[in-house]
Amino acid sequence: MEGYIHSYQTLGGADGPGVRFVVFMQGCPLRCIYCHNPDTWEFGKGFKADPKEVFEKIKRYTSYFGDRGGVTISGGEPLAQGRFVKELLKLCRENEINTAIDTSGTIIDEHTEEILENLDVCLLDIKFCDNEIYEKHTGASLSRVLEFLDFLDKRGIDTWIRQVIVPGINDSREDMDLLCSLVKGKNCVKKIELLPFRKLCVEKYEEMGVEFPLKDTPEASGKMIVELQRYVDGGIMSSAVK
Amino acid sequence: MTDGSGQPQGSKRKYWSTIWAILYFLVEDCLFVLFKNKKEGKILKFKQWEGFNSGNWCEEINVRDFIMSNYTPYYGDSSFLKGPTERTMRLMDKLNTLLKAEREKGVLDIDTETVSSLTHYKAGYLDKDREIIVGLQTDSPLKRGLNPFGGIRMVRRACEAYGYKVSDKVENEFQYRTTHNDGVFRVYTDEMKRARHAGVITGLPDAYGRGRIIGDYRRVALYGVDFLIREKQRDKERIGKRLMDTDNIRLCEELFQQINFLNKLKEMAALYGIDISEPAGNAKEAFQWLYFGYLGAIKEQNGAAMSLGRVSTFLDIYINRDIERGILTEEEAQEITDDFVIKLRMARQLRTPEYNELFAGDPLWITESIGGMALNGETLVTKTSFRFLQTLYNLGPAPEPNLTILWSKDLPDNFKRFCAKVSADTASIQYENDDLMRKDFGDDYGIACCVSAMKIGKQMQYFGARCNLPKLMLLALNGGRDENDGSQVGPESEVYEGDYLDFDEVKKRFDSYRKWLCSLYVNTMNVIHYMHDKYNYEKLQMALHDSEVERLMAFGIAGLSVVTDSFSAIKYAKVRPIRNKEGLITDFEIEGDYPKFGNDDDRVDGIAVNLLKETYEELKKTPAYRNARHTLSVLTITSNVVYGKKTGSTPDGRKKGEPFAPGANPMHSREQNGALAALNSIAKLPYEYCKDGISNTFTITPSALGNSADNRILNLVLIIDGYFLKNAHHINVNVLNRDTLIDAMNNPDKYPNLTIRVSGYAVNFHKLSLEQQKEVISRTFHETM
Repeated sequence: MEGYIHSYQTLGGADGPGVRFVVFMQGCPLRCIYCHNPDTWEFGKGFKADPKEVFEKIKRYTSYFGDRGGVTISGGEPLAQGRFVKELLKLCRENEINTAIDTSGTIIDEHTEEILENLDVCLLDIKFCDNEIYEKHTGASLSRVLEFLDFLDKRGIDTWIRQVIVPGINDSREDMDLLCSLVKGKNCVKKIELLPFRKLCVEKYEEMGVEFPLKDTPEASGKMIVELQRYVDGGIMSSAVK
Repeated sequence: MTDGSGQPQGSKRKYWSTIWAILYFLVEDCLFVLFKNKKEGKILKFKQWEGFNSGNWCEEINVRDFIMSNYTPYYGDSSFLKGPTERTMRLMDKLNTLLKAEREKGVLDIDTETVSSLTHYKAGYLDKDREIIVGLQTDSPLKRGLNPFGGIRMVRRACEAYGYKVSDKVENEFQYRTTHNDGVFRVYTDEMKRARHAGVITGLPDAYGRGRIIGDYRRVALYGVDFLIREKQRDKERIGKRLMDTDNIRLCEELFQQINFLNKLKEMAALYGIDISEPAGNAKEAFQWLYFGYLGAIKEQNGAAMSLGRVSTFLDIYINRDIERGILTEEEAQEITDDFVIKLRMARQLRTPEYNELFAGDPLWITESIGGMALNGETLVTKTSFRFLQTLYNLGPAPEPNLTILWSKDLPDNFKRFCAKVSADTASIQYENDDLMRKDFGDDYGIACCVSAMKIGKQMQYFGARCNLPKLMLLALNGGRDENDGSQVGPESEVYEGDYLDFDEVKKRFDSYRKWLCSLYVNTMNVIHYMHDKYNYEKLQMALHDSEVERLMAFGIAGLSVVTDSFSAIKYAKVRPIRNKEGLITDFEIEGDYPKFGNDDDRVDGIAVNLLKETYEELKKTPAYRNARHTLSVLTITSNVVYGKKTGSTPDGRKKGEPFAPGANPMHSREQNGALAALNSIAKLPYEYCKDGISNTFTITPSALGNSADNRILNLVLIIDGYFLKNAHHINVNVLNRDTLIDAMNNPDKYPNLTIRVSGYAVNFHKLSLEQQKEVISRTFHETM
């Protein structure tokens, strides 16, 4: 049983706790307007590997993980290849390697149960906080994401919420209030990370011959992110369990 | 015991001379001042030792025993550290003005009238009223001296390069004197000269001091010079009783010279109004005595690498005693450390432009080895380990002293984190695997130059630069002829025939030519070191060693990743040689892809491992001068650019003249699998065969390391831990953005102190030539996807 993989990143310094080996899965059902890895969209491309092969590779990096680091499965959308992902997570878990996935949380299927069973950390993208806007800018449904968040909360899986801030779309304090309200009461949420919208990916879109929807939108400034992050951390997260 | 009187005349005279003899005897024995050691009730030789725990070190020269009996390990964090005092900042302002002027001119000034030695310059000061530690190499700050003992030609060229001329006075003094350089070239064979000229072996210390010797400068502080002289005299007597064969005669003469220069060291200190006959009595004196030892060494010798040793834990003992006695505050302790480091940063040698190409940035490799673990499992990290690192904040980042962390997985967490923070903030320090080195070198070794371990005061190195393996491969393919000019450099044979390179055939040729090269390399080194011992012996540095030392002959390899990838291309892809009009192979065409070093791929990494093992074994076949033990390093300094220039296109796809990667680094842009894959590849290189060191320069952007300062520190600690757990040896760490370097290259004034780590040491970025700067910028920056 094989999966389609886009690439590996042997040193992921910002993909979960500690130093992580990142597996980028190939294929994603969403088409987020700000996606900076459009080369991960198409299913069936990339290279094939089975979980055991990937695990053998991971084993070569365990000395760097320490007690917090481990494996992060990202992509693309890892949940779109649930069978592969759950097998890989199982192998890691059996060998006491910390596991994480970086996901949009928009797919719940017959593999979800086992995925969550073997998951230590979830990096969950709550892309936009309003149903309509979410659907408009990603092609998927926010309610599914919130369902997924519920599952995480029930199982007490450490969750880091992420949101990319795009000037003019979700860069106000009201937007942050909305985000916090979605997350309120969910004890599994350990932090909210705001990421700046960047346009480094423009070249990739040009290569693929695809129009970059936000090509005229300015990048988010570091200052803006710092301010919004402070606001978010000071509010709901100050009372949350860290 | 002589009584000095004339012939005895009568019993009365005899009686009185006997009394005198007895009194004289008593007085001479009581030259040592006697004080009780409160702790053990033992009689100490010196009042300066009061408060120290006694041990074997009191009876014999044993600095390690002193350290083990007296040091205080520190597990806490960096919060105790103090910033620079007003005095320090004013002194730095003064120095920075001089440094700026020096940068503009190349050298600030040269004393062309004096031959450098311990007592040839009158006392000089940076700021007499403000300095705490005194002593300059010449009589004026940053003024460079002439040291022709290694070779007068280089001295002349260096002067001319800056618009100066060696004075007639000095020329006359050296008219009848044989320098080391003279000696070497009297014996160099044509074959050796051809190999040098072609760039198959370069960087050899045949025209200047060989360096790579670390005097145990701590001995000056602990014992005072008189004790050291007495011990050497005893050794000379003892050895003089042996059979007078060549070795013993030579050793006796060396001991004579050592004693001679210990006396000169006292004279040198006296020029500054300081008496170092007896041990240092407090922290300031300990730093000062130790510094005098080092200063004497760099006045006498102009070797490339003049490393400091392992002084921080030693000096901490004196600081602690003063603090406990209430005569020193933390601020003052840091101030003395800062002042000491300022002095080290002022050390200069006069070099030619060619030398600067090989070893860019005016380095002296004043390497201080910090931390590490003791054999009993306790850490050797002390508060002074922190204080030395703090100088990078108090005085700004700088390449010297070359602060080197002896890293163990068992180092205190607080110290590990502080080191990572310093790396992220200053890009000025490097790390070496103490867990790996302790096995062979114990717990009192220091690093010479960049990566070469040796037991302080007990071992010395015979430095041998490096040989150019990619060039060797080309020579092997071209029947011993230089691909650039067709000249015959190696043994004659046919140029490789065939449309494609066959791995087995190429390997066979390579092995055969390597055999030739290794034998030549060892013989060349034997000539160099015989002559250096004869004409430029390191009298002071060796006086600060045990009288009988172990010798290590340090060979090196450049272009490891180029030759490894070349073999990989030949094996896994199809490589077509392209011949020029003369029938020499000067270029290659590769069909297909091949695994490259730096991607954690055993197929190609295994080739590198074998190359090292085989080269080491081959070198060992030729006996080394004075029974030295062969060692090997994978280290290039900046000679990777020079070697690249002298080497034609190689089978891996590298084009003629392009630089090699530094040290053991994978070639630029061939690392396709991220930072840790590259580290995994390098970690496979066996230290077992490369005990002179394996250098890895690692550059990562801040965002790839982590998304907050705290995370970056934690992650860097994890990376170093993980890398060393795999038995890797060394890592230079730069946490930088490529844009910063590009900006610095274009706007040097914006970043006057930008220090980055290159192969095995750190450089002020602006001291690199434009070519060298471009090479550094072209290196792999591990970035986020």
